Amino acid sequence: MGYQFDWSLVLTGEYRDWLLDGFVLTLKISALAGVCALALGTLVAVMRLSRVKPLEWLSLAFTEFFRNTPLLVQIFFWYFGSEAFLPKAVNVWLYKQDFEFAAGTIALTVYSSAFIAEELRSGVFSIPKNQLEASRATGLNFLQAYRYVILPQAFRIVIPPLISQLLNLLKNSSLVMTIGVMELTYQARQVESFTFHGFEAFTVATLLYLAVSLSVSFAITMYNKHFLHQLRY
Amino acid sequence: MRWDIVYNNLDYLLWGSFPNGPLGGIAASIMLAVLGIFGAFWLGLGFGLMRLSNSRILRAVAMVYVEVIRGTPLLMLIFWFYFLGPVVFNYNLPEFQSALMAFVVFTGAFVAEIVRAGVNALPGGQMEAARGAGLTRFQAMRYVILPQALRNMIPSFVNQFVSLTKDTSLAYIIGVNELTKAATQINNREVVAPAEIFLAIAVLYFLICWVLTAFSRRMERHLARYQARGR
Repeated sequence: MGYQFDWSLVLTGEYRDWLLDGFVLTLKISALAGVCALALGTLVAVMRLSRVKPLEWLSLAFTEFFRNTPLLVQIFFWYFGSEAFLPKAVNVWLYKQDFEFAAGTIALTVYSSAFIAEELRSGVFSIPKNQLEASRATGLNFLQAYRYVILPQAFRIVIPPLISQLLNLLKNSSLVMTIGVMELTYQARQVESFTFHGFEAFTVATLLYLAVSLSVSFAITMYNKHFLHQLRY
Repeated sequence: MRWDIVYNNLDYLLWGSFPNGPLGGIAASIMLAVLGIFGAFWLGLGFGLMRLSNSRILRAVAMVYVEVIRGTPLLMLIFWFYFLGPVVFNYNLPEFQSALMAFVVFTGAFVAEIVRAGVNALPGGQMEAARGAGLTRFQAMRYVILPQALRNMIPSFVNQFVSLTKDTSLAYIIGVNELTKAATQINNREVVAPAEIFLAIAVLYFLICWVLTAFSRRMERHLARYQARGR
């Protein structure tokens, strides 16, 4: 093989800084989209559980549509198409900001929130129905029953799948490079095209992704071992 | 809204310039997904069984494969096969094949987990009874465990196929002719209707994925009835 390895290229100097900048941006866009997706996902899940038919349908349509279309297409839709359906004032404001970053964040938020809503909903459904009935019978009203009995239990079940959804979000954030957000994958690609030392650049980027995913999924496994066995019906 | 642009280019979105040129559009996406899931099934079956084997080394190899691949973004993997394979190992593959390889390796890790979970979900008595009847461990796997486990895994395979169908859109990034590429080509040519074009291909992807998801849900309910249970 006619390939000379040169690790110092990506571990020192300018190219290292590019990769680190990219990593920071990856973490930033994932964190921002993650927080927004948790909020939006909760809203969608509550709509689904609200027992108001139109809200339920709306929520069902939302989750089904955004879960069953590719993220890349959604990113392009928000990036190229936002002009057509967002109000003009919003677009003007968005263009003044970092528009690539904004469109990427919106796409990641909406996509992840659909998955998060499903996790939340199935978490609440996994609590046996007689828990609700029992708490209603002891005199709690509907909200109190959810607030003090159902949700505290559902929350513990839902945490591990929610965290793995957030990890998916971190990995999915690599797709926003297609619209020019300079995150980790973008920067690795950039180093590759400047130096032709793609092997080193992609290795560093892959290891950075792996470091985050593996440490978090190790933590989930530990969590499952310690807390989840208490919840058996 | 300029839906006529989508309508006029519909054949290009569906099968590219097929009879006169290369296959493209959603037909190519589906082909990528079908070939990908086929390869991933065998790869995943192999690694899933390695994960269940008695040899510690085989188990470790399978675990490293599964964890590393699942912790890496698919896009990263596509770049590995497309940019680095040729440089490091001196081979030359067209975009379609190298994207396909990335899909197989990526999906294989998920299939391996499905296989492991499916085999573990069978009651332990099945293996014991098969061994007790005089079958070797391999025979028991081949004739007793896998036929039952694989059937129960079908819904998960369908779900995996659905995510792979969505993931084939990433092949666009290295220039494979498929639905997303067709859409960006049309968008670059027409310029005035990006929202319509991307919405239209989102609907095309959605139809396939949603039909399959609905199918797998029905199947799940159906199969649950025939499952061997422990006590």
